[in-house]
Amino acid sequence: MTARIGLLCATVCLVPWLAGAAAAAPPDVKPPTTEDCVACHADASLKRDDGRSLAVDAKRFESSIHGPMACVDCHADLSKAELPHEPKLAPVQCASCHDDIGGKYRDSIHAWAKDKAGLTTAAPSCASCHGTHEIKAHTDKTSRVHRSQVPATCGSCHAGVREHYDKGIHAAALAKGDSRAPVCVDCHTTHDIKRADTDKWRLSVTAECGSCHAGVVDSFRRTFHGKVTELGFARVAACADCHGAHDILPASNAASMVAPARLVETCGKCHQGANERFVRYDPHPNPRDYKRSAVLWWANRFYWVLIPGCFAFFGVHSLLWFRRSMKDREKHS
Amino acid sequence: MTPTIAEPPAPTAAAPVVATARSTHVLRFDRPTRVLHIVVMVTFLGLAATGMPLLFSDAPWARALAMLFFGFHGAGLAHRFFGLALLGAVVWHLANVFWRAFVRGESGLFWGPNSMVPQPRDFVQFYQQLRWFFSKGPQPKFERFAYWEKFDYWAVLWGTALMGASGLVLWFPMAASRVLPGWLFNVALFVHGAEATLAIVFIFAIHFFNGHLRPGKFPMDMVMFTGSVSREELRHERAGQYERLAASGALDRLVVPPPTPHDIGRGQLVGGIGLSLGIALFVLILYATLR
Repeated sequence: MTARIGLLCATVCLVPWLAGAAAAAPPDVKPPTTEDCVACHADASLKRDDGRSLAVDAKRFESSIHGPMACVDCHADLSKAELPHEPKLAPVQCASCHDDIGGKYRDSIHAWAKDKAGLTTAAPSCASCHGTHEIKAHTDKTSRVHRSQVPATCGSCHAGVREHYDKGIHAAALAKGDSRAPVCVDCHTTHDIKRADTDKWRLSVTAECGSCHAGVVDSFRRTFHGKVTELGFARVAACADCHGAHDILPASNAASMVAPARLVETCGKCHQGANERFVRYDPHPNPRDYKRSAVLWWANRFYWVLIPGCFAFFGVHSLLWFRRSMKDREKHS
Repeated sequence: MTPTIAEPPAPTAAAPVVATARSTHVLRFDRPTRVLHIVVMVTFLGLAATGMPLLFSDAPWARALAMLFFGFHGAGLAHRFFGLALLGAVVWHLANVFWRAFVRGESGLFWGPNSMVPQPRDFVQFYQQLRWFFSKGPQPKFERFAYWEKFDYWAVLWGTALMGASGLVLWFPMAASRVLPGWLFNVALFVHGAEATLAIVFIFAIHFFNGHLRPGKFPMDMVMFTGSVSREELRHERAGQYERLAASGALDRLVVPPPTPHDIGRGQLVGGIGLSLGIALFVLILYATLR
């Protein structure tokens, strides 16, 4: 009995599926193989009506990370097409495999620009950064999204920002081959890139700076600036407000925003009327560093004796008092 | 805090001094002193609640506490308001002491049994109190202000001066930079935070225990809210003051009617709210430091 019901269910489910499959793909049409595609697309002179090349370098494709895949795995609409196919193909949907990354991209400012703001040709999609047939893993030094190549890739659109970045100490470190040198994606992320002018985003960058400059961020957190921003309010300075964002330079460089000669100007952006005495404020104090500020060091010492001393003294005093009072109580009751 | 220094003035004719059942209480804190204590209490709690989000900005509760005051900006405004009010109260008190001492010519403000100034007697009584803790002697005969009360008083004065000075520098850094170097702002911020930690924990742990929570007073001593203490309590707790006043006959001039249930209820409400808020803030600090 149970077996019969199972068979019935299987039949009910399978029949429409089989019927659909039969209608969609007649058994005599096989999907084109990569060789079929290359037969035409190997021709370097193959062009679209608008002049864009339609040539595919099969060797390059095979050495790419998608090398083992067939053309129709991505160009899925061709899997049922007869050759030669229609000139207009459906766009490749990377997210059909990379669905988690696709979701992040759809939340990004780039997707917003493309889909909502109508920058259909200017705003980047997957291929704009990763390329098309020559995609390499981001760990591959020749990849367009390898750390060393990221400034150039982003800079192909954000040319003005790249110009600033190239002037900064981080670009210099990257050029020397320091793999820890920050590139665009470290602060802006890779796929879910957000507007850089929101408070939430601005405040999130401090943690990124701290991933290398941990001690510097610790000292920043001791200040009014650091505490207010830690609470999530962006009215006061975070890293980039004083150090710059893309063209960060060490204080020893005269062009740096935090060079001694430029402090009055830099602090004065918020603190209108800042003078030479005002800028002797230390935005990164360390009470344990005697050389940095002896007075702060002594203040720290003083309270480290006073606070524990005071509480130890009155703590013991209270405990003894409590004990004695309880004894009295027992006596009376 | 027990800011009044002199004995309260004699009761008015409205409260006739007759040895009836109603005259079992003695005035300890006059009305201006009680009002001053409430102003200090409210502003201190306000300063703690609006300052702690910044002092403990990495605590998980910091942002929520700031949002109670409509964010960091609102908390900052409230902090400055409470700060000015506390500074005003302390300045008023100092002016009052000055006026009483030098204009009205009141004596005993700066020395003697009614004075807040620490005196040899206090050190002796501290030693005697320690002996009493260990049942090695009788409890000392305290005068109007015991040594721990004097400590509270001077801690508030010293703390307000330090917090006020550093707070004003941090409030007006641009004006301060006309005379002070910028690195002093670092010191000001550090001192403001360290002194705040000391003051908050001292008030919410030590002062609450000494004044209210210890056995015999638990849960609250009403004297700072009703102003009067029973004759029996005074004799027991401040034998020195009681015997001195009784001998000179001044005690009868301080006799007041006992607090009405309404007075006590109001005191319990105000004091209870203050005590609860203080303990809540203290728990937040413990959580932030021990987690």
